[in-house]
Amino acid sequence: MNTEAYWSIFINASLVNNFVLAYFLGICPFLGVSGKMETATKMGAAVTFVMLISSICAYGIHALLVAINAPFLQLISYIVVIASTVQLVEMFIKKMSPTLFRALGIFLPLITTNCAILGLALFQTSKAYSFSQSLVYASGAGIGFTLALILMAGIREQLEFAEVPNVVKGTALTLLVAGILSLTFMGFSGLG
Amino acid sequence: MSAGITKNAELNPTPSSTDEFIKGLWRENPVFVQVLGMCPVLAVSNTAVNALAMGLATAFVLLMSNVLVASLRNFIPKQVRIASFILIIATFVTIVDYAIQAISVDLHKNLGAFISLIVVNCLILSRAEAFASKNTIGKSIMDALGMGLGFVFALFCLGAVRELLGNGTLFDIEVFPGSFQEWIIMILPAGGFFTLALWLLLFNFFKTKKVQA
Repeated sequence: MNTEAYWSIFINASLVNNFVLAYFLGICPFLGVSGKMETATKMGAAVTFVMLISSICAYGIHALLVAINAPFLQLISYIVVIASTVQLVEMFIKKMSPTLFRALGIFLPLITTNCAILGLALFQTSKAYSFSQSLVYASGAGIGFTLALILMAGIREQLEFAEVPNVVKGTALTLLVAGILSLTFMGFSGLG
Repeated sequence: MSAGITKNAELNPTPSSTDEFIKGLWRENPVFVQVLGMCPVLAVSNTAVNALAMGLATAFVLLMSNVLVASLRNFIPKQVRIASFILIIATFVTIVDYAIQAISVDLHKNLGAFISLIVVNCLILSRAEAFASKNTIGKSIMDALGMGLGFVFALFCLGAVRELLGNGTLFDIEVFPGSFQEWIIMILPAGGFFTLALWLLLFNFFKTKKVQA
């Protein structure tokens, strides 16, 4: 059993070991939907929600797999649970807000292949967190992901007005900005 | 070389197997051109050995899942295809995970959760969906080999630069003299972003130059 304090888990997951900028998890949506502030915020909220649900499910599945002594099924069962959660969220958003559904586009079903979510499930299992610790970890990771996405979207909205040489335009520029953001987040590394 | 390929494709509407192989290496390189599967590319490319091991593991999963998806393509119902692809991929990743653990415990520790995370590598799913589910087994094998090697090549490009500048070594052999001041930033996360950005810049530079010429 892990005895780490809740606040330390939260700060660690959201700032010190930010999932995007320190662990490189969830880079695809980070590069893909960080163009506009509004979409970025909603994408962050959707990912945080899926993270919480799959964290709860992963905790249950892990307990079950230990009970029936079949740890090799861990990966397969996690990914199935995540895929069904994403499907659920997709149907929910489609019903509640068709505009948001269109804005998120292909990146909504792609939350399934967002490594941040599977990574979260695997990390919480390997760190042997209790149920409440897992929930804190999931919310910290989700908020950290949203924070990185919003910061990036803010910078990119400003960059729209900057004159940039043609060669640098596109992914290369986004990656350079991400590198600088990652450097900034290293400043938190004494906190955890 | 690329002019020859385009000419070949014009003459022959169904591209040959060699073309399926070569396109993944350069013209449609998964990392530098399609920008797919970024997470492992950035995370484990801090040394050349890690990068190569990760690249080979991914290439193996890609090859095996492409073969299985291509051979089952007429039996998998359209509605549940993505879920079935992911299940196939997850099975092979579990095999690779246990195999690496058996070969080298140290390597397994270095790569950590990123071996399991091959499951969610968009490159593999996109090849299954875009290619293997529509083509014969033979062609899918060529496609997987090309894309896999392209991925290994790209990972190695990143890993070699980062290890060389960040540690002064290549494959743990000292390259620079002892007085070399290591660029610590290169093996930190930020260095991953910067190195990839620089490689993309290089690729863009040559592409625009070719268009102008």
